[in-house]
Amino acid sequence: MPYGPHTPEDRAKMLATIGIASVDELFDDIPVRLRASHLDLPPPQPEMELAARLTGLAARNRVDLASFLGAGVYRHFAPAAVDQMLLRGEWYTAYTPYQPEVSQGTLQSIYEYESLIGELLGLDVVSASHYDGASATAEAAMMAARQTRRSRLLVSRGVHPHYRGAVRTYASGNAIRVDEIPLVADGPAAGTTDLAALERMLADAVAQSDPVAGVLAGQPNFLGLLEPMAEVSRLTHAAGARFVAVVEPVSLAVLAPPGEYGADIAAGEGQPLGIAPQFGGPYLGILACTNELVRQIPGRLIGMTTDLDGRRAFVMTLRAREQDIRRERAASSITTNQTLLALAASIYLATMGPRGLADVATLGAARAAELEGVLAEAGAPRIHSGAYLNEFAVHVPNARDVHRRLLGHGVLAGLVLSDAEPDDPSLRDALLVCATEVTTSQEIRMFGDALRAELAGVAGRGDHARTAAGSSAGTAR
Amino acid sequence: MSVTGNRLQPTIFELSRPGRGGGKIPSPPAGALDRVPASQRRVTPPALPELNEPEVVRHYVNLSQLNYAVDTGFYPLGSCTMKYNPKIDEWAARIPGFAGLHPLAPDETAQGSLQLLWELEQALMEISGMTAVSLHPAAGAQGELTGILMIRAYHHSRGNLERDEVLVPDSSHGTNPATATMAGYKTITIPSAADGGVDVAAFTAALGPRTAAVMITNPSTLGLFEARIGELLEAVHAAGALAYMDGANLNAILGRFKPGEAGFDVMHFNVHKTFSTPHGGGGPGAGPVGVRENLVPFLPSPRVLREADGTFRLERPGERPSSIGRLRSFVASTGVLVRAFTYIFHHGGSGLEEVSNDAVLAANYLKARLAGTFDIPYDRACKHEFVASASTLHHTTGVRTLDIAKRLIDYGYHPPTIYFPLIVDEGMLIEPTETETVETLDAFADALIAIAKEARETPDLVTGAPQTAPVRRLDEATAARQPNLRWRPDAARGAAAP
Repeated sequence: MPYGPHTPEDRAKMLATIGIASVDELFDDIPVRLRASHLDLPPPQPEMELAARLTGLAARNRVDLASFLGAGVYRHFAPAAVDQMLLRGEWYTAYTPYQPEVSQGTLQSIYEYESLIGELLGLDVVSASHYDGASATAEAAMMAARQTRRSRLLVSRGVHPHYRGAVRTYASGNAIRVDEIPLVADGPAAGTTDLAALERMLADAVAQSDPVAGVLAGQPNFLGLLEPMAEVSRLTHAAGARFVAVVEPVSLAVLAPPGEYGADIAAGEGQPLGIAPQFGGPYLGILACTNELVRQIPGRLIGMTTDLDGRRAFVMTLRAREQDIRRERAASSITTNQTLLALAASIYLATMGPRGLADVATLGAARAAELEGVLAEAGAPRIHSGAYLNEFAVHVPNARDVHRRLLGHGVLAGLVLSDAEPDDPSLRDALLVCATEVTTSQEIRMFGDALRAELAGVAGRGDHARTAAGSSAGTAR
Repeated sequence: MSVTGNRLQPTIFELSRPGRGGGKIPSPPAGALDRVPASQRRVTPPALPELNEPEVVRHYVNLSQLNYAVDTGFYPLGSCTMKYNPKIDEWAARIPGFAGLHPLAPDETAQGSLQLLWELEQALMEISGMTAVSLHPAAGAQGELTGILMIRAYHHSRGNLERDEVLVPDSSHGTNPATATMAGYKTITIPSAADGGVDVAAFTAALGPRTAAVMITNPSTLGLFEARIGELLEAVHAAGALAYMDGANLNAILGRFKPGEAGFDVMHFNVHKTFSTPHGGGGPGAGPVGVRENLVPFLPSPRVLREADGTFRLERPGERPSSIGRLRSFVASTGVLVRAFTYIFHHGGSGLEEVSNDAVLAANYLKARLAGTFDIPYDRACKHEFVASASTLHHTTGVRTLDIAKRLIDYGYHPPTIYFPLIVDEGMLIEPTETETVETLDAFADALIAIAKEARETPDLVTGAPQTAPVRRLDEATAARQPNLRWRPDAARGAAAP
């Protein structure tokens, strides 16, 4: 065993103290017929060989592409200080601060995280972290149901499809009905939540004596568009329901915060705050609410207090909501959360500062405008006309095919929208593309040139010729 | 202020001075936000702190030094498996090819990570004796929810809608009943028998046509293998219910007991326990689930698939309609799973078997060392952890387990888990793990024995502990009665550090 400490003498001493001859005797209580013989896995691999194997596997991933892929996970610059701090064993090899006297570092850092995110969101109460944006959104939806004692949710189709999926799964356990609010089909508001439909759905629910517990909308929404959050909030509250805003944290440096437009609960993905994409996580689920909902919020809360000598100190508090105390009456089963990622987000925010964060959002918006211009010129105009920040949908004939061919040019051309939203005919032949502060003008030109070449190929040649063009471009790279 | 360590810190907000910091990214061009309507714009910028990088670094380094961690000392926190976290695992997760890969990257550009996930699934299948594994759940508790929702889908697929109860032993983790509630089930609590195992008579009496599932932690939270597990599983299946195994304590039984072969239908793994992915001060974890054949159709989506040509791909949305769906975004917390993969293949089959042997050896050794000083409520071979009780000591001296835990801090140790499981009076759940030397175990045992002596002779020393930690015991009542959950300059409490 690579990390085992015992010498033969140690073992002999331990066995003698226990009063047994062999460690096997300690497993005599496993019924004979249920005993396993061994693990059929490869033999131990020395660290040197294992490192080479891992390097080889990682090399099979293509992270060299000029990427315009966002769709909920964004490439951002993270100051080197963030990961340097995370590598301190005092942070990452500690656990839940059950013993506050020897956990003040973790406790204060979480309190500061709650404060930083509270400032960004304009809300009073921030949980110590949830698994990711999707599960935080699902927990937010369940909070609304618990608090209103109603069992119907309306989720805008502008909320990330994975988040909508998680809401459905969490709701399924407790027979909570989830309906989707459509997006406006055309006109200047195309691609944003259909307010008239929302109003109708809220009224229908009342008429059916099954009123709505909560309404969920995303800002920016999955298609990158800015939603009329204040209007959604007003309609929601008029129906006695809770409004859940699903937000992206970097954008909140420049966009109105949920607390300002009346959100009762906010949820979102904290990955953009200094956390690497890592093929799906670990990420940071942000969950926050107004003071009124503090007893309903799941997850840990850290509060400021004092010790016996009057020194300022921090401690887990309002624990009566949690599973280890309340068991089947707990607000949620969450235990292990994403503390280390909350720490990353805090160090990121502290290092970037308010102006730095606003610059990230603004520079991303500038790069995205540049991208919009170049793509339009290359023959891929935007689908919607509403305001966006750093992500938008473009129309591309044979989108899936073109997307695949562009990989041969070294370009990851965003997301094929019909893969993510197969039921939405308006998104057939569309790509969702994004730019952030790390996107360069050179990458944007590369995307534009490659797209122009491919679209010319689509227009000018038959299928067979297009395949040849795609592969020759790939070889040239 | 001390010269090293233990430096309490002002909050980061108090360290802020307007105008400090910056210089991390280029300045954006003017007018970049003109296309955003004024009504959507933020009027007041968020009052985030402004610090230069050296101040930020010092703040977080000094804060870190207020923490006790596996890298700084012995951390026998029962039920949490605080073993050494290998450094190669951290290195591996940070290889740019792994760390930089977008979760929606096309399959053909993600073959390395997809292969790693697929191979990890195969290894977990072998370890658990299950037919299939999903790496999707983000933590053990989410793995439990996944498992119970799959059981629900299984019963519903067979037209069986009447089963609305989940049986849970009274020694279980709180996540088990909380999960049952989240999945829409009523929890039926089963008492423990005198020997610490499940009370079979109460268990079989509670089983019936309304039982959807039973959730069993094996070894139990008392650190005991459920010796009657064969009987229990037969009764569960005879009643038409399914058996869920909470895999929190898998560190004790690697290669000795495979839950799937023994008859469990579904289980979760806590990779931050058994496979040493770091606990991170509270997370992240990952909670893969393993299932037998009967539950495969209901696994969450997306699954990682291997094609006939040896390439890998993710299941597409809607490809498997029987799936319970997704519980989180994207495929899995791959960054955590890279660490688990590294740990498992570094150890190999024989190394993992030694992990359990040595974890169980260490726990029994410590138990033997403490048996003369503390009550050992279940005095038989334990697995990777055991419960000691200060019940007798409490009755004779008035000193409680909480006091002993705080005094251990003065001796330089992280306390064990205390008052869990709830069924043991003045309980301490002690889990030494396999990576601690016998000298460390001896020194810890000596410390506990010394504290018991102090409790009899100088009890104030114990009830007044800790004295050497950065802070003394805290006012938790005020924290709960008048919650201060967010920094506001005018509502700060206590004396801040200088």
